Amino acid sequence: MTDMQKKQMVSEDEVRHVATLANLELTTKEQAQMQRDLNSILSYIAELNELNTSDVPPLAQVSELLTETPTSAWLREDIRRESLNRELVMDEAPETDGRFFKVPKVIER
Amino acid sequence: MDLNTLTIESTRAAIQRGETTATALAEAHLARILAEDGTINSVLATTEERALRQASFIDLLAKTGDPLPPLAGVPVGIKDVLTVKGTPSTAASKILKGYQPPYDATAVRKLEEAGAVIIAKLNCDEFAMGGSNENSAYGIVRNPRALDRVPGGSSGGSAAAVATGFCVASLGTDTGGSVRQPAAFCGVTGLLPTYGRISRYGLIAFASSLDRVGPIGRSVQDVATMLNVMAGPDVMDATADKTPCDDYVDAMSRSVAGMRIGVPKEYLGEGLDPEIRAAVDNAIEKLKAHGCTVHEISLPHTKYAVPTYYVLATAEASSNLSRFDGVRFGHRTAEAKNLAALYRESRDEGFGPEVKRRILLGTYSLSSGYYDAYYRKAQQVRTLLARDFMAAFSDVDAIVTPMTPTPPWKLGEKTDDPVSMYLADIYTVGASLAGICGISVPAGETKDGLPIGVQVLAGHFQEAKLLTVAQAIENQ
Repeated sequence: MTDMQKKQMVSEDEVRHVATLANLELTTKEQAQMQRDLNSILSYIAELNELNTSDVPPLAQVSELLTETPTSAWLREDIRRESLNRELVMDEAPETDGRFFKVPKVIER
Repeated sequence: MDLNTLTIESTRAAIQRGETTATALAEAHLARILAEDGTINSVLATTEERALRQASFIDLLAKTGDPLPPLAGVPVGIKDVLTVKGTPSTAASKILKGYQPPYDATAVRKLEEAGAVIIAKLNCDEFAMGGSNENSAYGIVRNPRALDRVPGGSSGGSAAAVATGFCVASLGTDTGGSVRQPAAFCGVTGLLPTYGRISRYGLIAFASSLDRVGPIGRSVQDVATMLNVMAGPDVMDATADKTPCDDYVDAMSRSVAGMRIGVPKEYLGEGLDPEIRAAVDNAIEKLKAHGCTVHEISLPHTKYAVPTYYVLATAEASSNLSRFDGVRFGHRTAEAKNLAALYRESRDEGFGPEVKRRILLGTYSLSSGYYDAYYRKAQQVRTLLARDFMAAFSDVDAIVTPMTPTPPWKLGEKTDDPVSMYLADIYTVGASLAGICGISVPAGETKDGLPIGVQVLAGHFQEAKLLTVAQAIENQ
């Protein structure tokens, strides 16, 4: 068994760290629940380590497998098109002056 | 007129012949939603004004006597992860509550241009994350065939609405089985087109290397008709492929005789419900009777498909869902003392538990120190899974498998155990990862009256073959 496969792979601190990276706030109760769930999912995912993949290239997009249409053929012509209606787009913002999105202060003095 | 048995073609034909009008049908479906959706909860919003405007246009067209377009007057529901201009499109999440997108999804626009009457936005798992439709911020959806059971997910509302007569057909989306599995659970037909076959412009992204738009209908011909209308490239989506389209309705009249059908032994193993196994065997016998030859094949990496899927889909989700930050659209927390707190608190209040779980898992597997062990590893196994299918399709024309290991389970039965919920995806995620096309076809029911679906799979852009085989199973 490798380190990856041991139970409790994710500590409480790591859950907090990952939540910070993901810009999520978790209550203490949520933290415990997520730690339990992540560990249960990750110990299942550890099955992938049974496979030797040292010579296998990673696949990001299945289109890479299909030679019929080379990536270059997907690019559209570089011509000017109408964009979305600005008023409609800005209407959906929580706070705006019609031109910009308003947010709270970024830098505290 | 029985709203439960209308098909796309019978609807169009009835309007063409003047037996009914598009307006009367739209009104009848809207009335039915109002009267009966309280129990099922498949509809998040109706689009009455837009529906009646389109219906009156179709009725004017019908009066001219000219042939009507293929979906003329057909009431269609749209999964809430697809944008419909000026109509709340929330992905069943609180974080997009009230969001009215400024544009239509391309698939929606194409259906409407072919005459469809967009009638409702349909409930689903939040951001399409789930296999039971118990993760919606707007309440669970019930299976119309058994109200104490799940309708499947994530397109549970799309399948339930078609099954219960709220619309004739619908759009779902399928990232890891989300069209096919609920179609099987509700006794309707659901198509997973090849990755890139239908534009995803206007699809609120979950996992971009996997997400696909797929139609749900009451027959193989219905989903073929919708595919005909929606397939093809789109200037708004660089992943919408330019491979030429076939005539998918014409494929209905082609013969399956002589086709080689593969049955993967890994899909018939432990955990498969015996009644579902019997339905698969029955479908295979029918194909033999139609002149197909049947061959046992192997997809040796099948058991790794679910863990691979949950690494890759969550990693992509953690990236895609970072756009929900309370700044440009959707929910913003009431009072945040600075920008960082605004992001965190808006997201905390807006996302439900399954979405948070997946964002955390995805962030974890992409984070420093774990990337190679999880994300890159899963991408490598994805290559092996895709190679399995490509090798199989060098030998057979199509593959037949069960759609789900079990019939729809009871509401609440798996909600406390994410891994057992994920394991239910065992027969769906392989095709998702490989990018091939697939379909769930109704194949009878269990002795308790629960619907059973049989899955047909075909190679990349082989939808015509797929539909020909599916139709032969349907006509059993």
